[in-house]
Amino acid sequence: MANKINLILKVWRQKNQESQGRFETYKALDIDTDMSFLEMLDVVNESLTKSGVDPIAFDHDCREGICGTCGAVINGQAHGPLKGTTLCQLHMRHFKDGQTLVIEPFRAKTFPIIKDLCVDRSAFDRIIQAGGFISVKTGQAPDAHAVPVPKDKVDWAMDAAACIGCGACVAACPNASAMLFVAAKASHLNVLPQGVPEKKSRTLNMVKQMDQEGFGNCSNEYECEAACPKEISVAHIARLNKDHRQAS
Amino acid sequence: MLDSKIPQGPLKDKWTTFKFSARLVSPANKRKYKILVVGTGLAGASAAASLAELGYQVESFCFQDSPRRAHSIAAQGGINAAKNYPNDGDSIKRLFYDTIKGGDFRSREANVYRLAEVSNCIIDQCVAQGVPFAREYSGYLDNRSFGGAQVSRTFYARGQTGQQLLLGAYQALMKEAAKGSVILHPRMEMLDLVIIDGVARGIVVRNLISGQIESYSGDAVVLATGGYGNVFYLSTNAKGSNATAIWRAHKKGAFFANPCFTQIHPTCICVHGDYQSKLTLMSESLRNDGRVWVPKNSGDKRPGHKIPENERDYFLERKYPAFGNLVPRDIASRSTKELCDAGRGVGSSGQAVYLDLTDAIKRLGIDTIKERYGNLFDMYEKIMNQNPYQTPMMIYPAVHYTMGGLWVDYNLMSNLSGLFVIGEANFSDHGANRLGASALMQGLADGYFVLPYTMGDYLAKNKPVDTNIKDHAEFKKCEADIKNYTHKLLSIKGKRTVDDFHRQLGQLLWDKCGMARSESGLNEALNKIPEIRQEFWKNVNVLGSGEEFNQALERAGRVADFLEFAELLVADALHRQESCGGHFRQEYQTPEGEALRRDDLFTYVAAWQFNGVGQNPTLHKEELKFEEVHLAQRSYK
Repeated sequence: MANKINLILKVWRQKNQESQGRFETYKALDIDTDMSFLEMLDVVNESLTKSGVDPIAFDHDCREGICGTCGAVINGQAHGPLKGTTLCQLHMRHFKDGQTLVIEPFRAKTFPIIKDLCVDRSAFDRIIQAGGFISVKTGQAPDAHAVPVPKDKVDWAMDAAACIGCGACVAACPNASAMLFVAAKASHLNVLPQGVPEKKSRTLNMVKQMDQEGFGNCSNEYECEAACPKEISVAHIARLNKDHRQAS
Repeated sequence: MLDSKIPQGPLKDKWTTFKFSARLVSPANKRKYKILVVGTGLAGASAAASLAELGYQVESFCFQDSPRRAHSIAAQGGINAAKNYPNDGDSIKRLFYDTIKGGDFRSREANVYRLAEVSNCIIDQCVAQGVPFAREYSGYLDNRSFGGAQVSRTFYARGQTGQQLLLGAYQALMKEAAKGSVILHPRMEMLDLVIIDGVARGIVVRNLISGQIESYSGDAVVLATGGYGNVFYLSTNAKGSNATAIWRAHKKGAFFANPCFTQIHPTCICVHGDYQSKLTLMSESLRNDGRVWVPKNSGDKRPGHKIPENERDYFLERKYPAFGNLVPRDIASRSTKELCDAGRGVGSSGQAVYLDLTDAIKRLGIDTIKERYGNLFDMYEKIMNQNPYQTPMMIYPAVHYTMGGLWVDYNLMSNLSGLFVIGEANFSDHGANRLGASALMQGLADGYFVLPYTMGDYLAKNKPVDTNIKDHAEFKKCEADIKNYTHKLLSIKGKRTVDDFHRQLGQLLWDKCGMARSESGLNEALNKIPEIRQEFWKNVNVLGSGEEFNQALERAGRVADFLEFAELLVADALHRQESCGGHFRQEYQTPEGEALRRDDLFTYVAAWQFNGVGQNPTLHKEELKFEEVHLAQRSYK
């Protein structure tokens, strides 16, 4: 049976990108431990609204860990304490009665805060635009069985393609580097025969765009892998480095 | 009255005939036309990318922070195609037939045949884009089977097929955005459709960051904004999924077809608390290897794995031996409900049945099962705090997909000139019930391979519109209307939250217009909905202003639309005095409790015209003519 717990929340409140943010303290009472973290925030927001306080803005959509919309830093950890889990899939049974939770947005210069816990991650879209695709037009494709692809390569590509683009890797990195995201995206396409013709330009352009956006350098902290809700391996970073060396 | 514009000639030649007779826009003229595409799921992203590749100017809108987040991303199991790679007897005709039969003979033959015909091109296109479909050790593509089919025609990428297909379409869109041929507008929500002289000329949107109300004009508007499942509050849809774009287009004259055809998916993680914000699907692919059962004795409180084999009732295998656990969704859902209503359900609420993979784990080994369904099992464990490798999963049906939507002709154009509707937002291909792995197929078929042809035919007949059209009084009026509407929502300052109203509406619809519907229940709902709506407009509390990022305001607008749309949904369900697919009227059932269609009276599409909020809509019928298939009572026994 579900238990009820009480929590103290210290939440980052910031009206818009220009304004100064601050922590506000709220009580979250009678929280059912079967709730997800976002459901807990829903409950808090309902009571804030009823008392005339602007509810906490947070991004979310699918609530099943696949769209990559949600994310916040909970007590210093992106997406909270549970390994391989997005915030929407983190349940309150992993917290203790009476605990204080510090809730902040993903922090990076490249992710400007829009409001409270919502950040602007459009830099990721621009990195994809720089080369994170295969330039095949609709209608040009040969039969799907024209080119067999070894299973180990597809499995590697799929491991990388599991990235949900949430940005936890950037938030977790002391340098706010986007290497795990860029590596996952490049690695997915570079390993497949269909992606080989553009491998060189893809690798160079995506890395260049990443640098232009102002993401930090990778210094092999591996915090990104630890925070990644899809547990994407830093081995993809090694592969990106190799592809980049060969391309430049 | 309703002209579906189906090309003449034999079914198998219709699409070829259309493509040849379609008028073309020359490459130099294409760039003079601008197309607005709203929504960036599989249908919207694939359409926007493909139209841009052809040379049209495209502007793409989505309310999410990035086009890649649209809810197509959450589709798990797979995508159908008639490739017949497994050599098990599949063909275009068989996929066509299965889809028509699965839809309980309430879809348009010509559309469904075209869908089956282009299905193979989709797989080719996605593989070329780098979609990492599952492969065998030979390097060739693997297939699995889904409900309503006796062949294996489903392509998949682990349990994340929708994600991978959407990333493929999104990457194609990004490729065009980089060239400047698509302009992206994330965090923009369409709030009105602008019609000038009967032609769709643009949209009014709210910039969700600044709150600014803005207008965009073009030569055609494409709605790819998904279904209306969230009218039920609890569904497997994303929290943001809404019917605002299609509902407001309906209010501007677009007909809404078959809204009562809603799909309740049989295998979702069961409900566990009144705070619950959404339901999570467990892919239908699990029914490939999983067996659905309840204890033979009601009130058996032993945990699932402790109940011996001879005390289990594998009810789908018992009732439908030919298809077993792979019966279509509507049938599996209804069987589950029947047993739970009879007190045979499991779990603390009694509103659940077991989905058990123990036999498959024994037969195939835990590693194979992990490879096939690992992410689903992990998701189950996170939510339910139980290990599904050891104890059977507890599942119950939940709202998942909506077959109804805006009415479109063969060209995917609504009754309003220049307004196209694709993907789940239209009504066209799934009849009264959609088969598993067919939503992804339809979304991509519409976007990659149908709309690029039909759009050209439409534009070729019309001169490019002047960009000054945005100064037209109608644009100003729509903007002013939206500003007033927003102001009204914000000025109520009542006592109840938006979610509170949404929950109340959802519960009412689930009870009265869910898996089983009756005349008295539907009438009750029809009386109650206007009361809830009136209270909403008197007593809702939306804080903040319209000139800022305001999520409560966004939700308020969507729920206000659901409160109007719900009435149409129920009215349609009341009018359709038959049972078919997802629409089960208790008055119309066979002696065995199966859906009883009334082909003599209801073999038509019900397309409704808006006459004002709370006013009775006008019914327009499109007769469904079956030339290729023989109308039959569906049997999966």
